[in-house]
Amino acid sequence: MSTATAPGLGADHLAHVADSTATTPRGTTDGRHGIRKPLALVGRLVLCLVFGLPLLFMFVSSFKPDLQIFGDLGSWKAFLPVGDVSLDNYTGVFGRVPFAQFMTNSVVITVVTVVLGVVVNSMAAFALARIKFRGSGLVLGLILATLIVPFETLALPLLWWVNKLPFLGPDGLTEGWLDTYQVQIIPFIANAFSIFLFYQYFDSIPKELDEAAKVDGAGWFRIYRSIVMPLSGPAIATVAILTFLPTWNQYLWPLMSVQSEELRPVMVGIDYFKQLNTSWGQIMAYASMITAPVLVLFIAFQRSFINSIASSGVKG
Amino acid sequence: MTTITSAESASATRRGRAARRGDKPGSTRTPVKGSRSSTTTALLMLAPAGVLLITFLLVPIGLTFGLAFTNARLISPRPAEFIGVDNFVRLFEDDTFWASLRNTVIFAAIIVPVQSACALGLALLVNVKMRGVNFFRTIYFLPVVTSMVVVSMLWLFMYQKNGLINQVLLKFGIEGPDWLGDPKTALLAIILMSAWQAMGFHMVIWLSGLQTIPGDLYEAAELDGAGTWEKFRYVTWPGLRATRTFILITITISAFALFTQVNIMTQGGPLDSTSTVVLMAVRTGFQQQQTGYASAISLVFFVLVLAVTLVNRRLTRDKDA
Repeated sequence: MSTATAPGLGADHLAHVADSTATTPRGTTDGRHGIRKPLALVGRLVLCLVFGLPLLFMFVSSFKPDLQIFGDLGSWKAFLPVGDVSLDNYTGVFGRVPFAQFMTNSVVITVVTVVLGVVVNSMAAFALARIKFRGSGLVLGLILATLIVPFETLALPLLWWVNKLPFLGPDGLTEGWLDTYQVQIIPFIANAFSIFLFYQYFDSIPKELDEAAKVDGAGWFRIYRSIVMPLSGPAIATVAILTFLPTWNQYLWPLMSVQSEELRPVMVGIDYFKQLNTSWGQIMAYASMITAPVLVLFIAFQRSFINSIASSGVKG
Repeated sequence: MTTITSAESASATRRGRAARRGDKPGSTRTPVKGSRSSTTTALLMLAPAGVLLITFLLVPIGLTFGLAFTNARLISPRPAEFIGVDNFVRLFEDDTFWASLRNTVIFAAIIVPVQSACALGLALLVNVKMRGVNFFRTIYFLPVVTSMVVVSMLWLFMYQKNGLINQVLLKFGIEGPDWLGDPKTALLAIILMSAWQAMGFHMVIWLSGLQTIPGDLYEAAELDGAGTWEKFRYVTWPGLRATRTFILITITISAFALFTQVNIMTQGGPLDSTSTVVLMAVRTGFQQQQTGYASAISLVFFVLVLAVTLVNRRLTRDKDA
């Protein structure tokens, strides 16, 4: 079909577009642009090097002593685990910073933000998408309007503001959220974009289900918990992933809002390696360790990751 | 050319229908009258998100406007005083501000077209049905799941005078510059790295856009004798209109928010050549604790983002909408 009839040269990638979107199965071998195909393949492979090699370099270098990292730069050895390979940099990292503490902090902050984010935002979206009440359109409009406000514009006023906020915690009522766990979690639970993503998904689930459940005597909360949420796996995954990535990667906010070493997340911890005499091997080891968990999750849930990013773009 | 019009009108009808559906979300369901108890439940379910959004989004938005006209300090026993437009006067007389604004605008002006075009190229390259295509998508996407902090440290090393990049260039007989040490190349170096990191993200968004274009449009175009370029120009490009708007706006906003890379790699130097608006806001509002002045910077930044978003929307808006 399409590829076979594509006229002229240079039809390659467009033909491909058509192919992968075509509704009928395709039989696509053709000799017309025989040169273009290998060319595209070479292009893809070169790009693999461009995107993959720096990360490979990071992982490989984390096992080498500094001197060898520099020595290997001029050859392919830079990308191969050869020579004096050891775990010295890793033990060095643990000796230099409280890495386990940083890691625990990041995991706690990320898990709590993701879980509470899914619950809080889905509930709000449920109310907006499925319960009829006066002003729901207005609320939704207001939430959508805030989508164009980047966090960076609010960071400094927010910093001033959280420093004034009271907090009722285990130590009783305290004032000022700076240098706490909650300052890294609570401001990021409710998220306009997550609400929007849930709203879109909930809106597409047939409303007849609600009617049927109500006939059976279920209340709205029951419908939310037992009918709509179990049907919303993809939306939950999308929101979880789109919350997980930025939370794990947070840098600006913890840099400003947290001073104590024992509360810092992993991303801010990397600054320690720039201050004292720099060991690039240790930096690479540290960088590898804070990247590995995300990479493992990404490889394990690749499809969900890609789909969640893709669905974040559907808003047009 | 019939395909052109049919392609455009087909997608227009689809969009129109979608828009109509969007306008009246309740039109397809049997309207349930909002009873009092329903309203109560709805408000209860909205409450947690509502309280949090008001506290950590709406109030800070209001504060940005309010504090910009005061001398508020981050930690100070004295209450903030209203000082009119003093912060703005000071800001507009500050050379670092103009340098930061210029860098931010240059950064956005270069990275928006470069990154979106390259990402579209990537998307077209991997929008094929062939064995192993997922492998390529995965590799191109790897930098996206790597944090900007890690990427910045990695490239800081690679950009050194005798670093990996210059060593590779040397293999091709090119003597590379001192990327981050030279005011002439520092911003460019940060642009290249940032594009490298985020390209996979927008590749995926372009891909999902490409896959909404029905295959029969291409077949129809081919029947009319359209070549590669014509198909791209008259089928693919119009079909990507909504995706385009989204990508332009998201890249622009994140470009204006440039901070992490700069803070880790250059701290704004050399000679303010990589200072940015957000970096300056953090310097004044956090390190020097001048919240009022930082709010003024944030406000200028906010207005800038708003203006660009609105212009972007207008320029890329559906002509038929």
